[in-house]
Amino acid sequence: MALIKNPFDHDLTPADAPLVHVQLDGQWVEVPRGLNVIEVARRFGKLIPHYCYHPKLSIAGNCRMCLFEMGTPKLGPDRKPILDAEGRPVLQWMPRPQIACATTAFEGIGIRTNSPLVESCQEGVLEFLLLNHPLDCPICDQAGECKLQEYAFDYGKGRSRFGEEKVKKPKRVDIGPRILLDDERCILCTRCIRFARELAGEDCLGITERGGYNRLSVYPDKRFTSNYSLNTADICPVGALTTKDFRFRMRVWFLKETESICVDCATGCNVTVGSREGIVYRLTPRVNEAVNSHWMCDQGRLGFHPIHSKHRVLEPGRRADGRLFPGEWPLLLRQVAEALRKLDPSSLALLVSARMTNEELFLVRQLRDLLQGDGEIFTEVVPRKGKADGLLRSDDLNPNSRGARILGIGTDGERLPELRKGIEEGKIRALFCLHEDAAGAGVPEALLSGLVLLVWQGILADRSSEIAHWVLPGASFAEKNGTMVNRAGRLQRIQQAIPTPGRAKEDIRILRGLILALGGEDFGQSGPEVFAKMAARIPAFQGLSWVGVGNQGVTLPGEVQ
Amino acid sequence: MAESGALTDRLREHRLILRYADEPGYSQDIDCYLRHGGYEQLRKALSMDPAAIVAEVKASGLRGRGGAGFPTGTKWGFIDHTKNRKPVYLLCNADESEPGTFKDRQIIYKDPHQLLEGMIIASYANRAHLAYIYIRGEMVRGAQILERALAEARAKNFLGTNILGSGYDLDIFVFRGAGAYICGEETGLIESLEGKRAYPRIKPPYFPAALGLYLCPTIVNNVETLCNVKHIVEMGGAAFAKIGTPNNTGTRIWCVSGDVRRPGYYEYDCGAITLGELLYDVCGGIRDGNRLKAVIPGGSSAKVLRAGEIYRVQRKKPDGSAEEIEMRLEDLPLDFDTIAASGSMSGSGGVIVMDHTRDMVECLSNLSAFYAHESCGQCTPCREGALWMHKILRRMVGGGARPEDPQLLLDVSGQIAGRTICAFGEACSWPVESFVAKFREEFEAKATAAQESESLSRAC
Ligand SMILES: Cc1cc2nc3c(=O)[nH]c(=O)nc-3n(C[C@H](O)[C@H](O)[C@H](O)COP(=O)(O)O)c2cc1C
Ligand code: SF4
Ligand code: SF4
Ligand code: SF4
Ligand code: FES
Repeated sequence: MALIKNPFDHDLTPADAPLVHVQLDGQWVEVPRGLNVIEVARRFGKLIPHYCYHPKLSIAGNCRMCLFEMGTPKLGPDRKPILDAEGRPVLQWMPRPQIACATTAFEGIGIRTNSPLVESCQEGVLEFLLLNHPLDCPICDQAGECKLQEYAFDYGKGRSRFGEEKVKKPKRVDIGPRILLDDERCILCTRCIRFARELAGEDCLGITERGGYNRLSVYPDKRFTSNYSLNTADICPVGALTTKDFRFRMRVWFLKETESICVDCATGCNVTVGSREGIVYRLTPRVNEAVNSHWMCDQGRLGFHPIHSKHRVLEPGRRADGRLFPGEWPLLLRQVAEALRKLDPSSLALLVSARMTNEELFLVRQLRDLLQGDGEIFTEVVPRKGKADGLLRSDDLNPNSRGARILGIGTDGERLPELRKGIEEGKIRALFCLHEDAAGAGVPEALLSGLVLLVWQGILADRSSEIAHWVLPGASFAEKNGTMVNRAGRLQRIQQAIPTPGRAKEDIRILRGLILALGGEDFGQSGPEVFAKMAARIPAFQGLSWVGVGNQGVTLPGEVQ
Repeated sequence: MAESGALTDRLREHRLILRYADEPGYSQDIDCYLRHGGYEQLRKALSMDPAAIVAEVKASGLRGRGGAGFPTGTKWGFIDHTKNRKPVYLLCNADESEPGTFKDRQIIYKDPHQLLEGMIIASYANRAHLAYIYIRGEMVRGAQILERALAEARAKNFLGTNILGSGYDLDIFVFRGAGAYICGEETGLIESLEGKRAYPRIKPPYFPAALGLYLCPTIVNNVETLCNVKHIVEMGGAAFAKIGTPNNTGTRIWCVSGDVRRPGYYEYDCGAITLGELLYDVCGGIRDGNRLKAVIPGGSSAKVLRAGEIYRVQRKKPDGSAEEIEMRLEDLPLDFDTIAASGSMSGSGGVIVMDHTRDMVECLSNLSAFYAHESCGQCTPCREGALWMHKILRRMVGGGARPEDPQLLLDVSGQIAGRTICAFGEACSWPVESFVAKFREEFEAKATAAQESESLSRAC
């Protein structure tokens, strides 16, 4: 079950639903009783085109795109189905087409998805939908992933018989802080209305006017402010709802799609990263019924922007006399390793981020083991607390807290106050910040500047990087491969969409450089390689492979709550 | 209100529902109603078992007067009271918005207590304890009359708790629509009553008898239908079934409008007179000595009939076997089945008459304006198609007809009917389909005329 409760799950049936026999375009097949007919067809590789149907929302039945021909078993005088030579029920076909989205499978149902009647219905609906459509395709953000374009191509007439004036409706309607509406493009499927009402719990959209002048509107004096509002842009079959963030930024067909996860909280919603030539343009939710179903929150969706921030650290370097001198990676890594080796292990602390991948954390652990010998190096992560919203968002804003715990990195931040105390008392005199800002974690800058060694590895400049002796620019989530464990104990992959910018380096390579310089083992230089070595050593990951984790992740048996 | 005397016995109205409505001195007051035997049938009904009343209504053969002619007893039988644990609601459909129809308002304005008595009996029979009269928003005075009648009935304990000592509780409320035709479609009505936009529901699964008002079993009946219930209790189902012809029982109120000398409403036993008799004898013939051109027999949504048409109609012979006979338009008996066999429907009983001076393209354009305005716009074919058809027709009337228009109209109407959420899809496409099919030459002539005037203006 997904971590979010969907109001409906038309594509899923209870595990104990009995199988029934269904005739699908002449073939008898078996499906669970009660399965939605659109999903019946989908399971056998057939598409019943649809606009208003969404597997997770209530059934509206308004677009009429999914009309199909329905058969029922013919009954004999004894009220029992008449059987043919093969023992199959003889079907009688209803003269009127039915909507697939409001029909579920029962024993002996006949489904025709491509008969002449069905094709005529599809052609008719498409012609109607295009009558008053503005055909803004050249400047429409949806172009390329628009169901109106797709179905017009697949089922349409290819020419228009409409010789009247089109209906004019409002364009660029500002219905919420992150979303814009173009009423002329809207096909009135009401998906967004139902999403706002049934899922986001913010009933604020509705239809006004009459008949052919109908239009989607936001309730008077209301705005669509939900933290889930942008999902409506995804489920809107056309370009009527667009996100202010992505609007006019890139033609979607140029986007490279990379399957990954959102790293904005411990839920780990599955996403598709859309990027082009080293720039990420958008994240969109990717279906995973064990995590986010079809959705993600707006915050997470827009959370990628810092990776292209002007505060991004792009040059590795060494600070001397208050100035940062860029250096070459191999040299710098050797120097850092040397500096670390010289320390008394008990005087070193590692401030590690639970936003790092398991592979990175595993290497941090190897590094620590190499350095600490018989002593103990203080290691802690920085907790990030938010508010759970009862939908997807977790109160833990670190995406990999559970991975850190599994790998024995820190104690969920419980011992963090000891860091400051240790520095104050002079016990800790060196600090290695990994994707965390010590100043932000409660150590005053004055104390930090007194350290004999401050190494910083991260992506965005912060107060620690400003005074660190060594600055090692790492990679954002979009620039690396790795795994994380979400709040439900599911191991999931993040995958590299774009290269690291400037001279920033994937963290696995930075850590490997340090480990090798210290004479440690080579765990490989890619996420999959490190994962394989890690899985061999860490019981929680035993028996798992990078490929096996796949794009949907796997639940770790020992981690289910 | 046919002038008696001028009519033979056969053509004299048989008023059952409108028996007192137009009698001099008859008023909406409850006292007047009581003086005329009012609420006696309620007393009788309350002494009966509810199931027995349903059985009588089944036996009566009563069919709905709202448009579809669905057997009322069958509808009531859909609720299985042995299984049902939810409240049952009864709704009176008083939205009467079908162009050409003005019968329900006669009842409401002139004899409101008859409706209330019918409703209370129907509610009792269906075990409803709450009922609503959904009245068309424009009928402001009708709503006031009903409110007053309800207050009177409450005061006399025909409504309220423990009605007439029977132990049965019921209240009825008036709910005013906001002026949309679609509120008369029963599931649109229910949505509207729930305070929402009157978007008709998809059926299945939202059949009112199963998932109606607040998703509880709900009976929706027309005003005239509910009035009949009172008379069925009075005379018994079997006696009621003798009025009219088999499967077409009881009386019907025909509302005649358009090009006849005496338009109005006339109540007759089903099948007792023919369409020709209604137009020529009862309504005094076509106005100004004109010739009949076309009739819409059952409200504007019904398919038009063209003068001079011959229909092949199935008829049951006395021995029970069926025979097919040919019938002229004028000979069609005014009932449910024969009019359906002619390819149209008796619908709401609104008979709209057009004489030979009428331009059929203009008539259809007028109708299509109504449907384009009244489509609720929920489903694609009707929302887009109704407006498109109207735009084509408006252009044709305005002199811009094109040769492809008649076929286009047929194609568009064919793309709507049978593919929509509610029967409005048929309601808006049947007139178009039948007008164009039956008067194609007039539609084509418009295109020819437009082309001629264009070449003329080019030549000048
Ligand atoms: C578009 C549309 C409009 C309708 N309007 C009315 C109406 O105004 N009054 C009415 O009684 N029935 C109307 N009906 C029929 C109702 O849906 C319903 O069938 C009827 O109220 C049932 O009552 P009956 O069985 O007593 O006829 C309409 C149906 C449609 C499709
Ligand atoms: S919504 Fe689709 S069809 Fe409409 S303008 Fe955009 S891309 Fe074109
Ligand atoms: S805006 Fe999009 S999702 Fe909403 S009703 Fe219109 S087409 Fe459907
Ligand atoms: S057929 Fe017309 S009136 Fe009925 S639901 Fe569809 S759009 Fe509305
Ligand atoms: S998908 Fe079935 S009617 Fe829209």
